[in-house]
Amino acid sequence: MQVKMTVNGTEVSGEVEPRLLLVHFVRDHLGLTGTHWGCDTSQCGTCVLWLDGEPVKSCTVLTAMADGHEVRTVEGLEVDGKLDPVQEGFMQEHGLQCGFCTPGMMMTARWLLDNDPDPDEDTIREAISGQLCRCTGYENIVRAVRWAAEHGGEKESEREPQESSQEVQA
Amino acid sequence: MQTPAPVDYARATSVEHALELLERLGPESRLIAGGHSLLPMMRIRLAQPECVIDINGLTDLDYVRVEGGDLCMGAMTRHSTVLASPVVGEHYAIFHEAERLIADPPVRNRGTVGGSFCQADPAEDLAAVGSAVKANLVLRSSDGTRTVPAREFHAGPYETVLGDAEMLTEIRVPIRPGSASAYDKVKRKVGDWAAAAAGAYVVLRDGVVADVGIGLTAVGAPHFCAEEAEAYLVGKPPTEEHLVEAGRLAAQACTPRADQRGPVAYKVHLASELTHRVLRRSVERAEGRS
Repeated sequence: MQVKMTVNGTEVSGEVEPRLLLVHFVRDHLGLTGTHWGCDTSQCGTCVLWLDGEPVKSCTVLTAMADGHEVRTVEGLEVDGKLDPVQEGFMQEHGLQCGFCTPGMMMTARWLLDNDPDPDEDTIREAISGQLCRCTGYENIVRAVRWAAEHGGEKESEREPQESSQEVQA
Repeated sequence: MQTPAPVDYARATSVEHALELLERLGPESRLIAGGHSLLPMMRIRLAQPECVIDINGLTDLDYVRVEGGDLCMGAMTRHSTVLASPVVGEHYAIFHEAERLIADPPVRNRGTVGGSFCQADPAEDLAAVGSAVKANLVLRSSDGTRTVPAREFHAGPYETVLGDAEMLTEIRVPIRPGSASAYDKVKRKVGDWAAAAAGAYVVLRDGVVADVGIGLTAVGAPHFCAEEAEAYLVGKPPTEEHLVEAGRLAAQACTPRADQRGPVAYKVHLASELTHRVLRRSVERAEGRS
């Protein structure tokens, strides 16, 4: 069947089998291998991407179900060469070791900060509870999300107009 | 790599359309809502429908509201919506406490209330909650609408009384003034299915239990409830002794299976202990209110 969707702001289309899982469409058809494919059982959460603005486990969504919808992957965090504060935070606080869980962690963290710009540690731990870090590097992941919260973790859609209004004032 | 068997895909645009598709495509077609129970089963080929009918577009079934003395939830309401709903929390803490323990945030963004009931997994938390609060389920087919008590909805593991071309559209819970409720679950890790779980509500009047509901999950409780324990408590003061005895009676009616989550004796113990705990918490809350 033919599917069409918006991925990171770009219209994409493809011919897929209805049984194709979204994680495989994104990785194998679109070549966006930033989204990782892990446990296959909706446990590990490394395949988390956004579907219509909410984090979902893409190993448990049919590509067909995303037809006509909007997808955002970890590749969509960086805008015009500028890293998202969440990505900066993972660098600053050593929020990744092997890096396997990182895409799901980052997509969940971005969503959390969009909805709660100043989360405490418990809130962060609850938010990332759908992801497994096999390196057990949770302490640094929590610190990375806090770093992002303290360094421009606010909603991007709110940040950009502020910047442009400052330019106007200048 | 786990891949579902070849399957056809259809997308429903309304309840009527979904029912029409079910009738046309026959009993080997399945509605798919969040898909977080059905797709894992399709991947390991425990489920092999010929066609999945996607009902995620039926946003008119995504709501929480109070209507005619009932707390009503549309079948397509996501777990995350239930968890965030102040109306749900105001009337039934049991739903919030159960939802917080169902899977994890990304799964709750996708999984639906209706899907949880219809999957009929023996370890499904909402099945026990629905039994505990004596919910009513609204089922639609081209013949019309019927309402089935949650306690009569499940016909066995992964089986419901739904007809081949019938769908669950709404969950209705009678609002009981003065009631208080609670849910508790023992699991191996965050997001896991229950080793055992229990939920309850109580209504106290003149120092005695006037009304009570007890639900149990993953322990083989008939219809996910504990009727004997409920009957025992009605009319009695909610003393520790009576609540412990209710837990014992609830566990007595359970027939759990040994699996990787624990042996039979352990699960029977959990059924008793968790029933006691949720009853006690419900009573404390009910007393705090009066």
